Order: sequence, then C-alpha cells, then structure tokens
Amino acid sequence: MPAGIDRRPSPEELLRRVQAEERRARRGRLKVFLGYASRVGKSYRMLDEGRRRKERGEDVVVSCIQFPVTPDLEPLLRKLEVIPTLKGAYAGKEFEVLDVATTFRRHPQVCLVDELAYDNPPGSRNPKRWQDVDNILDQGIAVITAVNLQHIEEQQDAVERITGKRARQTVPERFLRSADEIVLVDAALDDMMQRAGAREPVDVRRLSELRELALLLAVDVIDDQLMNYLRSNGVELRWGTQERILVCVTPRSDACAMLRSGRRNADRFHGDLLVCHVRQSGLSPKDQQTINANLALALELEADVHVLEGPDPIAAIMRFAREQRVTQIFVGHSAPDRWKEMWSRGPVDRLIQAAKDIDIRIFPHPHTP
Amino acid sequence: MSNPAEALDSEAVPAPPKGRLKVFLGYAAGVGKTYQMLAEAQELRRKGVDVVVGYFEPHGRQDTIGRTAGLEFVPRKKIEYRGSVFEELDTEAILRRKPAVCLVDEFAHTNVPGSERLKRWEDVQVLLNAGIDVFTTLNVQHLESLNDEVWGITGVRVRETVPDWVVDAADEVVLVDLTPEALQNRLERGAVYSTEKAKKAMENFFTETNLTALREMALRHTAHEVEGRLSDLSALARGRAALAARPGAEPPTRHERILICLTGRPSTAMLIRRGKRVADYLHADCLAVHVQRNSANGGKEAHSEALEKHLSFARNLHIQTHVLRGKDVAKSIVDFAREQNITQIFLGRAGAKSLWRAASTVHRVVRLARDREITIVAERRR
Repeated sequence: MPAGIDRRPSPEELLRRVQAEERRARRGRLKVFLGYASRVGKSYRMLDEGRRRKERGEDVVVSCIQFPVTPDLEPLLRKLEVIPTLKGAYAGKEFEVLDVATTFRRHPQVCLVDELAYDNPPGSRNPKRWQDVDNILDQGIAVITAVNLQHIEEQQDAVERITGKRARQTVPERFLRSADEIVLVDAALDDMMQRAGAREPVDVRRLSELRELALLLAVDVIDDQLMNYLRSNGVELRWGTQERILVCVTPRSDACAMLRSGRRNADRFHGDLLVCHVRQSGLSPKDQQTINANLALALELEADVHVLEGPDPIAAIMRFAREQRVTQIFVGHSAPDRWKEMWSRGPVDRLIQAAKDIDIRIFPHPHTP
Repeated sequence: MSNPAEALDSEAVPAPPKGRLKVFLGYAAGVGKTYQMLAEAQELRRKGVDVVVGYFEPHGRQDTIGRTAGLEFVPRKKIEYRGSVFEELDTEAILRRKPAVCLVDEFAHTNVPGSERLKRWEDVQVLLNAGIDVFTTLNVQHLESLNDEVWGITGVRVRETVPDWVVDAADEVVLVDLTPEALQNRLERGAVYSTEKAKKAMENFFTETNLTALREMALRHTAHEVEGRLSDLSALARGRAALAARPGAEPPTRHERILICLTGRPSTAMLIRRGKRVADYLHADCLAVHVQRNSANGGKEAHSEALEKHLSFARNLHIQTHVLRGKDVAKSIVDFAREQNITQIFLGRAGAKSLWRAASTVHRVVRLARDREITIVAERRR
C-alpha cells in the first residue's frame, strides 16, 4: 500500500469508474512505443512484442510497415503476417495507406502499426493514420504502434527550439495520453552515433535535448495515469515522485526573489510551481497593490496561483499544501530583525512547527543587512 | 560532474585511459535490464570485440540465459563465510584476463564479508581504472538519493545503495522501460520468479501503484542524468570560450553553496540525502558541518558513534565535512556559513519538544542567519 489515506469513493467517482471500465472493455487496448529520434529502435521493440505475443498464441498481424525495412527487422517480419498497405500516388507523391477495411475483415486480436504520424492522401477513409488506428480500436482490436517525439503536435514548439524544424505530419498528444500503455524506447548516445555510422554527423546536444524532452513527456503521461489510478481507487498519495513547490506570498516578504527562485527550483526538478496568498481583511491599499503585483508576476512565471481563505492563515496554507501534495514550502521573513523576536514566536515558526512532513525554505528579507 | 577547468587540465596531461561505464537502469526485477545488456554484448561479440561476463545473475530466467550463449564467462570467486560458500565477482581474475568489455550484473550488490571490497560498484571502479569498459545493471531504488522517497511510497527501506556520484560519472545511462502491466504479466507467467515467490512479490512490492511510482522515478532520473551530461557539455564549451578569450580566466558562474548541519540524531541520514539531492539538482556545492558543544566545565562532548556514522556517510556521498567546536552551536553554524559563502543552510527538525524552546538550535539559526536561505527538512514518516 502507498503511504496514503483510504477514502470511500463518491457516487460520481464510482460512476466514472464503471463508465471507464465499460469503454475499456469494448475498445481494443492501445500500446505506444515512444522514441526520441529515428533509429532508437521503436519499430524493433514493436515487432518483437508482436512476435512474442504470437508465440504465446495471440492472433497478431502487421497492418502497416513501410518496405524496405532495415536488416534487423527482417527476421522478425518473417515470423509475422503482414497486410499490405494500399499504394497510390496523389499530386505526384507516393502514398502508403493503412488498409483499414482488410484489417476489419481479418479482425485479428492484435494489430501492429508502424509510423503513427502519417497524413493519408485526400479521398482516404481518414485524413490521418492515427484516426485509422482509432477506428481499429473501436472494433475491439488491440493496437501496438510506434511514434517519435518530434511528431507529437503539442511538442512542436519545443522541438523547433531544439532542431529548428517542425514536423509536417503530427499526432495530437491527447491520442498518446489515451493509450493504455506507453513505453519509452531509450538508446544511449554512443549507440545512436554508431547506428548513424560515418554517413552523417550526430549532434550530441540536439539528441540529448530531444531525449530529455521524450523522457519528461513520458513521465508526465505516466504521472497522470498514476493519479487517475489512485483517484479511481480512492487512494490519496501523501507525496508523489514529483517535487511540488509552494511559494507563500505576503505583503511584507520579498516575494519577487522567492517567486524567481521557486521557478528556477521547479524547473531544475522538473516539478510544479504553486503560489498561494491567504486573503486578509484590512490590508492597506499599498499592501494590496504589492500583493497584486506579486500574483501577476507569479502568473507570468507560469505558476499555478491560488488565493486561499480562512481565519488562520497557517492552517489554510497547510491544508492547501497537503491537498496539493506539496514537497517544499517557500516563505519569507516578514521584517528585518527585531530583538524581541529573538524570544517570541512568529508565523514562520508556527509554519515550521506545523509542516512536519514538508520542507520549509525560509528566505531573507530584502532589508536585512 | 567534472568541472570544466579540470576537464581541460586532463586534456593537457593525458591520463591513463579509463574504461567506459554503461549503466542499464530499470525500476524493478524483470524489466529486462540484463536481457538488454546481454543483447548488446552479443552484438559486440559479433563485431569481434573481446567481451566477457564477469558476473551474471540468471534468476532461472530461460530467455535471459539463452542470450548468454557463446559468451565467455570469467569464473566467480568462491568465498567461505560462516560455513557457507558464496560466489562473488573475481575482480583480480578479470584484471588478469583484461578483456575490452566486461559485464557485471547487479551494480548495487554488497559483497560477502571477507571480500576484497565492500561493494560491487567498488570492484567495478577497479576494472574501469584498469581501462576495461564495464556494462552493468541497476534499479532506480538502489540510488542513495532516492532512498527516503522509495521508502515513503513502497514501505521498503532499500539496504543496498549506490552513491549517486558513481552513476553520475557513468559515460552512459540507458533506461530499460517496460510497462507495469507487462511486468505483472511476466510475474504471473513465472518469467521473473518461480511462481510461489512471484505471488508473494506481487502482493507486497509489485503493486501497480509501487511499480508506476518507481517507473516514474527511473524516467525522471534518466532525464536528470541526460541533463547533467548536457550541462557538462555547456560548461566545457563555456570554459573553452573563456580560456580562448582570456587565458587562465574562470568561467563566470554564480554558484549556490549548500551547508547541511549534522547531528547524531537518526533522522540526520534523511537530512543528508535531501540536502545532497537538492544540491545536485541545483548544481550547487555541498558541505556538511557538525558543531561540538564545549560543555560548561570546559570539556567537550564525546563524539557519538551515530555522528561518526553520519560524517562518513556524508563523505561517501562526496560531501565535504567539517567538525567545529563552539559554546554556541547556532552561532558557530551561522559564522561558518558566512565565512564559507553558503547560500542555503539545511537543518533537521529537532525533537518535537525542544523545537519550540526559544533556545533550540533551529529557532536560533533561523533568527541569526536572516541574510541567507534556510531549509528545515521534513521528517517523513509512513
């Protein structure tokens, strides 16, 4: 059992669970092999899984593979049944379209589809290959497919920053996220260089950045799946595997430095940045202005900003932090040193005392000498 | 992570060629680390590379055993301990055999008492220093920095750990990924453990939540390793550029420096791991200090055994440690932090009662060091 609290699921949760189960029962399962570049070995992993399933007695066919294949794929393909693609030309360009109708008639248990990101020519059943796959899944056929990070629609800006290029043919990220299983196909850089051979130079930096992006995308998808699983099973994780930083904004502390540090730290940990402010009555217009400016900065830094209510600010922050699985709380000293504070307890002390299972980072006040 | 100046130095004076380390990183037994390592070894053998198996743990898995066909094995060393015979990696035999590449399964393994070295990863260091390339396998839960998180999620306190710097220094870290569903299928088919053992493993450790969380950690850690190598690349490029512009110049970087305050309390191990992990992610320097209180009669308190353990634990993680003496512990810590240009002080939570005495060290450091960041580290409990 995880370190969690069992909760009785609400009727809405139960309904959602039943509906998800029904949908899942009717539809075929989708499994995606995600790679960070061509030649990481996605197609190999996909065909190898098909081969192993066939050897275990499942009815497996290859519905889409582009010939000629690389030599390492040949022995695998010889062991598998292949439905030929529909070949044709349109506007002087050659096309290979997945034969959906034949796949339906053949109706295997498992269907392998290479190169998920592919635009079909006009007049085809669907404009995009991933839509063909969607139709196959609706027939109750399981699909195993392979795609590269560069072909995920929502990753185009990030990919362009790294490579200077955008992909012409893409798959929406929501389709990737709808997969029952996603596998990251990793490969070491020295292997990638060897596979490229002497033919073309390998940009180590570019490949590393794409590799990191693919790993983090996979983390994100898996984290969503974990949270969904926990939610639908009524389990709440007290802490996950992700750093979640909460910056507490007050009128007196150096919020600007804390917010920027929060952003930097969240980025370094590939975690999330949350910002909260507990609404106070009787703030001076100047203080309210400071708060507004800081919350605007938080939004600019792409933080998840929340305004909390409650008679006891410390209790409100702690409740929020636990709900949100926060791992670090950033808080500022509220004023330069005063001798009487040496012996008294302020809000920072109360927060330290309350946050037994969360790290507290205390920031200097700007006017501290 | 090497610093650019050092890297440039070592280019000027050629060091003896060190072997390359490649780590196959997974998140549980049965994900296919050994299988992939052997597949790559077979590929090398076909190309005529001199590759041997130094240590291989078959676990009775037929498909994995099949992949060893044709590979040369260096016989293991037999060591007798308390009436039983244990088999370990024979480092000296491999050194004599001197292959180009050696496979060493289970990097985090602890050698039986009476072995030359305590840990298998130390044996691997010897092979690397002799210029032998090493392929090895590791599960993410064996990384020292993740020990508390793994315990928090799975309830298992992993005993066999590898300091993160050893893995950071590897030339390649490759993730071996498999979905938890596929792993659970393998377990059910008895492909990982014999079925009775599988049933127990499924119930305890191999739950969907545990596996998914561990898998996420493995992916995250691989991304961290990739990023570390990328920033080494940038640092090297910056260092080169700076040297080209002004010979002898240091690359201009504002550096964060983290100080961890050690005591003999049991939760100090958690504090050390947390501080070091944050330092690694922020690319910060990491120091540790313990202040020994001069007692009222002018004598000093004895070093406790627990404190010694924590100091040596910190040093094993490549944290520079200092022991100071002082009448006022909080003041000594803060003075030391200022003198060392520390940007962030890490403190453990004191015992529940003492924390709120105004005289407690935490309370006083927070007040005395108002000019730097202070982190009070959580005490995670299950």
